Amino acid sequence: MKQDIILCGVGGQGILSIATVIAQAATAAGLHIKQAEVHGMSQRGGDVQSDLRLSTDEIFSDLIPDGSADLIISMEPMEALRYIPRLNAGGAVVSAAEPLVNIPDYPDQNEILRALSALPHAEVREISRIAREAGNPKGSNMVLLGIASKYIGILPAAALREAITVIFAAKGQDIIDANLRAFDLGAGNGL
Amino acid sequence: MKRLLLGDEAIALGAIHASLGGVYAYPGTPSTEITEFIQNDPLARSQGIRSRWCTNEKTAMEAALGMSYAGKRALVCMKHVGMNVCADAFVNSAITGVNGGLVVIAADDPSMHSSQNEQDSRFYGKFALVPVFEPTTQQEAYDLIAQAFDFSEANKVPVLFRIVTRLSHSRAEVELREPVRHEPLPLAQDKGWILLPAIARRQYAALLDKQSAFAQASEEAAVLEGGGSGLGVIACGIAYNYVRESGADVTILKVNRYPLPEKKVRELAAACERIIVVEDGQPVAEQDVRGILGPQYKVFGRLTGDLPRTGELTPDNVASALGCSSGKRLAVPGPVAARPPQLCPGCGHRDVYNALNAVAAEYPGARIFGDIGCYTLGALPPFKSLSSCVDMGASITMAKGAADAGVFPAIAVIGDSTFTHSGMTGLLDAVNDGANITVVISDNLTTAMTGGQDSAGTSKYEAICTALGVSPEHVRVVIPTAPNMPEITRIIREEIEYRGVSVIIPRRECMQTLRRKNKK
Repeated sequence: MKQDIILCGVGGQGILSIATVIAQAATAAGLHIKQAEVHGMSQRGGDVQSDLRLSTDEIFSDLIPDGSADLIISMEPMEALRYIPRLNAGGAVVSAAEPLVNIPDYPDQNEILRALSALPHAEVREISRIAREAGNPKGSNMVLLGIASKYIGILPAAALREAITVIFAAKGQDIIDANLRAFDLGAGNGL
Repeated sequence: MKRLLLGDEAIALGAIHASLGGVYAYPGTPSTEITEFIQNDPLARSQGIRSRWCTNEKTAMEAALGMSYAGKRALVCMKHVGMNVCADAFVNSAITGVNGGLVVIAADDPSMHSSQNEQDSRFYGKFALVPVFEPTTQQEAYDLIAQAFDFSEANKVPVLFRIVTRLSHSRAEVELREPVRHEPLPLAQDKGWILLPAIARRQYAALLDKQSAFAQASEEAAVLEGGGSGLGVIACGIAYNYVRESGADVTILKVNRYPLPEKKVRELAAACERIIVVEDGQPVAEQDVRGILGPQYKVFGRLTGDLPRTGELTPDNVASALGCSSGKRLAVPGPVAARPPQLCPGCGHRDVYNALNAVAAEYPGARIFGDIGCYTLGALPPFKSLSSCVDMGASITMAKGAADAGVFPAIAVIGDSTFTHSGMTGLLDAVNDGANITVVISDNLTTAMTGGQDSAGTSKYEAICTALGVSPEHVRVVIPTAPNMPEITRIIREEIEYRGVSVIIPRRECMQTLRRKNKK
């Protein structure tokens, strides 16, 4: 069994933290993992993307072949669209609804949301609103991970929750709890 | 014990576990994380492994050679273009040979994710006649670095260790071994380190004599796998992963060392009807294979267009070259605009470019020569300030040359770390020649582009400039903020009008390092 995930967003939105949590959970579960990320110039407010591969068998390529990703997790709606050619025909898209407009020619937002919701398996949610509801306005990325958790079939949600407690352990119990609340609200588990 | 590590981190830990004495490096994507890992690793700290950043790749290479001379194991890390900066020391280190193991990591960036070119460092290995190691995976990177140190010491030669972005910046699990304690060798005593012509000729002959041992080691490391169709694949470094990913039924020669294993290449050729060479970067091995097999044998690769001549390998272009492309791709279903990187909100470089643009607009002949760093983004909208960006330090010297040819005003914009890396010598040229240039050292107190490493000249810039001969009244320090705009533009005008070398230093901390400090 394997699962190929594209993580994407804009530099500074925290996609690498999502990758770190999933990677921790996968490591604890004894899965094989490869995770390619982008450093350097593009981290300055440009589009950023990470290929995350989880498998029960050996993984060869660090990059996911085009047209074969099982899931796109995007912190930004236009960025989700950008990587659709990486997705397989039955793949799912989980994306933030809120646009990050930092370029002058950002396209019509409604058109972007229409294109996303027309996809066969897409879940587009207002993650910053949910993060505020969870009392953790900086936890949008953990909300998104919560929403995505039901599509990450290779790992149970409990494994991701456990990984959050490990990754944020150094920052204290309050930060762990805030991130778990964000994750749970995203996952639809209530508070 | 297993640990999830970036390729860069696997190399760092592999070196620490191989009894490293010191790492010498200048930050550069995608190599930076090697040195950062060593700086922060508890074992490295407890062993007192030397790890501070160096001023540039040449000082790094030379200091590492000095540590090797003294008998300890030394590591040098840089991005590919850093090899150009340290080339003099690197090439001659092959002639002197080494004492303690010396490994030079060159991190190539095919596709230019964060670079100005995609030069292939393996050429430097051939050029300097040193062995090149090129790991396939993070695990192999960890294992191979220890072998590289052993090989370097056993053969008294530096080893060039070549990696690419997709290995540097990809994580995978790595099985760790027990750290090895390796006693430093005695201080070097022989005269081979003094490269006077008579000695250098002997040393060069000795280096040539070692070549057959290097070739033999490559033969032993290369692995022939599978016995598929008539197609043979020479898979170098990470190319092997893409070949395996494709599932193609082929015979593979897995190569992770150079000089290329000639006998194994002939063996593969004999077992197959044709060969495709799959390598990330430039067609270095492909050219060698053509030389080995001659014009009659069918060899494919980047030179024949079966793989793209530019850009990095991907699982897709490799699968397609091996004839097993899946083909099905969804289209982008809605509007998508390019989102190029940009200067951070609140960044001081923004104020510098606003001021420069305002003043430059008053001079129709104004040209602003840029340099390498975050501030290169001043070339893009909304600023569009820069006319050039070539290599570390070129802003000052290109401005000088342009001023020599009559350009006025000729303005250079260079970052603080880039200035100490390669700008100071150019400034001395300008002073000695009485060049009419205005140099802006945009000082954000850090090496920002690569993630905020220490900058070698922090708090020393005024002293450096005046010591190089810039007159003290023409070394001007400003704080780049919007309210200071009238003062900054006035000073820029004054210094443009001064017929000689002037230096303006806008100084304000990088927003990224400031944010991290405030978090603590």
